[in-house]
Amino acid sequence: MARRRRYSRDPLGLRRALAGPLLPGLVAAMALLAALALAGAGGTAALAERWQRGAAAAVTVQVPNPDAARMERAVAALRALPEVAEARAIEAERLAELLRPWLGASPALPLPGIVEVRLRDTRADPAGTGERLAAAVPGAVVEAHGLWVGRLAALARSLQGVALAVLLLVAGVAAAVVAVATRAGIAARRDAIEVLHGLGARDGDIAGRFARRLGLLAALGAAIGTAVAVPVLLLLADLAAPWLGMEGAGAAAGLAGLPWPALLALPPVAFLLGWGTAQATVRRWLRRLP
Amino acid sequence: MVRFEAVGLRYPGSGSRGGAPGPEALSDVSFALPPGSFTWLLGPSGAGKSSVLRLMHLALRPTRGEVEVLGLRLSRAPRAALAPVRRRVGMVFQDFRLLPYLSAFDNVALPLRLAGRPEASLRADVGEILKWVGLEAKAGALPPELSGGEQQRVAIARAVVHRPALLVADEPTGNLDSRQARRLLALLAEMNRLGTTVVVATHDEDLVARFPAPALRLQDGRLHDPEDARGLFAPAAELG
Repeated sequence: MARRRRYSRDPLGLRRALAGPLLPGLVAAMALLAALALAGAGGTAALAERWQRGAAAAVTVQVPNPDAARMERAVAALRALPEVAEARAIEAERLAELLRPWLGASPALPLPGIVEVRLRDTRADPAGTGERLAAAVPGAVVEAHGLWVGRLAALARSLQGVALAVLLLVAGVAAAVVAVATRAGIAARRDAIEVLHGLGARDGDIAGRFARRLGLLAALGAAIGTAVAVPVLLLLADLAAPWLGMEGAGAAAGLAGLPWPALLALPPVAFLLGWGTAQATVRRWLRRLP
Repeated sequence: MVRFEAVGLRYPGSGSRGGAPGPEALSDVSFALPPGSFTWLLGPSGAGKSSVLRLMHLALRPTRGEVEVLGLRLSRAPRAALAPVRRRVGMVFQDFRLLPYLSAFDNVALPLRLAGRPEASLRADVGEILKWVGLEAKAGALPPELSGGEQQRVAIARAVVHRPALLVADEPTGNLDSRQARRLLALLAEMNRLGTTVVVATHDEDLVARFPAPALRLQDGRLHDPEDARGLFAPAAELG
């Protein structure tokens, strides 16, 4: 009797016609891929940002024949430039200490003076900086790392593009899966649809019943896929931590680092995708009825 | 109420995209049924009775000519306009077309639920109509658990529960013995007395003799006596 009462709210019998683990399972796999793509896009962005920051700190200026006056002039000239955020001379003792493993305790080579420079905008062309510096301090050279930073940034951007393409592909495949399931449901309930149509059901009544059911199944699948994705992403975040400068930050930091808004959006987005695809598929099929 | 004007109907040819159209199932059919009338639709199998009924309950559109049902001109009406009119037409099919997984009660309640009636108010109406067809004790039964005659009565109850302005029945006695057939006709006649326009297709001449009423006779997709059919029928006040 309980079963019969349940059908009164479901005159098309869709709970039985559209059941089984296949559709939620497929959508769960799609959601897992989407979660990986989302985390990948977020992770690449973080890596790219960190590389650019690190590279900016590593821009150096060499001043040959360093004496106090030349070094002071170089630092002053650099600080006067608008694109320079910070310029700091490295003491000769520290430089000698840094180079001791290669050059020995008292090098015979004349060491250049080194100025560490941090640029305001890492994309700025350091060639101009070098020319203006050379005018103030003849012989000074800017070691520009901009080229490889630019290449890494381009790589990161294309990886983000790939992640976006994967997301679109996953959404397209999920929509196709829902469309196939909808057609199977229509085929299983064709007589019932025709009876309801004959009794004066609007297209929206019938399509709405399919859409709610398929939207719920898709959302269920996406919730499962997201739940599976979280531990996988934590593992990946742990592996990536050294590159992100978060080594040993712990599980809490890993959890906090996941792209939660995007992950939590997956089930509702799957619901909308399933709902919309089912609406379109059923309404299109109903056009064949007068 | 119902008006056919030089109606021609061709079914599309085989193939889902429709090949060459088939021969005309109906040709130059013209008649008008006044509100509150009771009309027999007679003729041998294949004469086009079912096509006429399907046009009346908006399951088809005419290929040419004009069909007007409850004020809606079928040939030009937008698709969305058909559903509200369908809800004012009750249809009884020869093969019942009940939903097998719904109880008799839920099958009968379908038109009311489609119309958006709240559960509380529809329970009384469905119970009353099941009582009227003598099935109040079987409200919870599934159609496969019912006899052919009982299923037919559930189908009638579903067709009239929302007080349609037009009731259309296709060979409603085809699966019934003569006692059940008489009882069914009594139900249809009572609906007619309450003001519903009723059209019943049958090839059972005995039944027609028992319930005399104006008749449309179809032969090979044409009206047998067009002059007779063109006039308005008198309301079947003597019926019953």
